[in-house]
Amino acid sequence: METEVQRMICITCPKGCTLEILRDGDVIVDVKAGCKRGKDYAHAELTDPRRMIASSVVIEGALHPLLPVYTSAPFPKPRIHELMQTLRAAKVQAPVKMGDVVLEDVLGTGINIIASRDMTRI
Amino acid sequence: MKTIQSKYDVVVIGSGPAGLAAAIAAKKEGAEDVLVIDRDLEPGGILLQCIHNGFGLETFQQDLPGPSYAQRFIDEAVGLGVELLLDTMVLDITSQRKVTVSNRFMGIADIDARSIVLAMGCRERTRAQIRLPGFRPAGVFTAGTAQRWVNVEGYMPGSRFVILGSGDIGMIMARRLSLEGAKVERVLEIMPFLTGLTRNYVQCLNDYDIPLQLSHTVNRIIGKNRVEAIESVQVDERWNPIPGTSEIIPCDTLLLSVGLIPENELSKKAGVRIDPITGGPYVDDTFQTNVPGIFAAGNVVHVYDLVDWVTEAGLASGRSAARFATTVRNSEIRHIPLVAGENVRYVVPHELDKDNLANGEIRLQLRVKTPIEAPTRIEVSDGENLVTRKVEPYARPGEIITLTISPRAYDDVQRAGRLVVSAVKR
Repeated sequence: METEVQRMICITCPKGCTLEILRDGDVIVDVKAGCKRGKDYAHAELTDPRRMIASSVVIEGALHPLLPVYTSAPFPKPRIHELMQTLRAAKVQAPVKMGDVVLEDVLGTGINIIASRDMTRI
Repeated sequence: MKTIQSKYDVVVIGSGPAGLAAAIAAKKEGAEDVLVIDRDLEPGGILLQCIHNGFGLETFQQDLPGPSYAQRFIDEAVGLGVELLLDTMVLDITSQRKVTVSNRFMGIADIDARSIVLAMGCRERTRAQIRLPGFRPAGVFTAGTAQRWVNVEGYMPGSRFVILGSGDIGMIMARRLSLEGAKVERVLEIMPFLTGLTRNYVQCLNDYDIPLQLSHTVNRIIGKNRVEAIESVQVDERWNPIPGTSEIIPCDTLLLSVGLIPENELSKKAGVRIDPITGGPYVDDTFQTNVPGIFAAGNVVHVYDLVDWVTEAGLASGRSAARFATTVRNSEIRHIPLVAGENVRYVVPHELDKDNLANGEIRLQLRVKTPIEAPTRIEVSDGENLVTRKVEPYARPGEIITLTISPRAYDDVQRAGRLVVSAVKR
C-alpha cells in the first residue's frame, strides 16, 4: 500500500496543532490529531473546506455606518468571494439586536448571516 | 443626563474586556457602587473593532466575534447595576484615589474612589518608535487604526498594502483588506519566525495567497505626498540589512503591526511602579499595585494574546478591588465625627473609631467658647440621646476640659452617626 503522510495546521482553536494525515491517494486512512475537533477539521479541510467569515454590512440610523456580522456556520471556502459581494450589497436599518438574522440562507447554503452586536437607533 | 456620585466603592478606568470583567466581579463581590469610565462613546474597548471570530473559546467554549464577546459582558455589567461614564477622559489619578475626569456635560470634576482598577489596555507602536527611514508621506498607519476605519467607520485606507509585522492584528487585517477587495502585496517580519498565532498564518495569509517574508523589514518608504512604494530588505540575525537583497514593492499604504505597549500614563501619575520589561505595573497576586487600593488588570499590565485571559485577570482584580473598598467603607462607617455643640469651641479628637471603645475608654479634650462661672454640665450625645456627661464646677475658655467615654457606653456609641459635645450651665 502506497501511503503518504500530509501535514496540516489545525485552525480550530488558538493552539494551532500540526495534524498528520495518512493518505492512500485520495483516501484518508488515518488522522493524528490532538482532539476530536482536529480530526473533524482535517476531514472537512480535505473534502469540503470551510471558514467562519466575519464582515460587516451597511446599517442606517445607527451610531456607526457598519454593522458587524458573521456566518452562523463555517462557509464554503470557494464561495467566499461571492459571499462578500452579497454582503456589500446588503443594507439594514437600526435597531438591530445581537443574534438577529441579517440574511437568511445566504446563496442557498443554508447558512445565515448573524448580527454580532446590538445597534440602537439614534 | 445621568447623575454621577462624588464617591464610589470601585472606579474602573477603561471599559474593554478587563474593565468590564473587573466591574462585574466587583459588583458580585459586594461593592455597593461601581463606576466604569471610558473615553469612547460606547463600552467594549478594542473588541468592538475586532469583528473577526475566534473569541471566547476558553470562556464560553464558543467561537464568537469580538463585538459579541464584548456585549455579553456589557449586558451583564449593566444588568448588575454597574454605572457607565462614557465620552469621558480621565485626566488624573492620585495615590489618595481621587480621579479627575473631563467631559462635555460635567466639565472637569473629581470623583473619589475607595478602590480603583486600572484597565486602560495598550497602545500600538508607531512608525516613530521603530525609526523607519524615508519620506513621511500619507499612507503609513498602524494596523489597529486601519482596523477601526475598515470595520467600524467604513473607510478603506488604501488599495495596495504592505504590512510590516506578522503579529495577529497585522495578519487579521491582511485577510480583512483582502476580503474587502484590496490587494495585500506582502507581509514582512523582521524576526526569523512568525510572531502571531500559527492558525492566523493559515487562515489569514495562506487562504488569500499573501506572501510572508521572515527576516525582512522595510528599508525605506518611497513617495512624497502619498506612499508610492516601499523598499524591503532582508536582515541578518542582528537586524542589519544584507546588501543586495533590497526590493521595491509598489503599494499605496504601509500598515504597521509592530507590537503593543501597555498604556500607563495615568498609572504613573498615581505613583504606580512600572516594570521596565512588561511596561505595566508591578502587581501582587490580587492584582494590587504598589499603591494601596489601586489595582490593575489586562493589557495595561502585560500584553496578552487571548482575550479570555484578560477577562480572567479582570475578574480577579475586580474581586480584590471590591474587598479593599468594603474594608475602607467599613472603616468609614466605624469612624464618626465629634462635633462641637453648644458653647464648645472645639473637641479633640475630631473623630473616633467606635470599635476602639471595646479596648478601653476614649479621652476627649475641649475648650468652651464663653466662661460659665457656675457648675456646668459637659454632655456627649448622639444628637438626641445622652451618651455620657460630667459636671465641672465652672468652665473657662483658658482651661481645657477633659472627659472620657467609658466602655460602658459602647452600645450607645455603636448606634451613633456622630457625637455632639456641649457645655451648659446646670
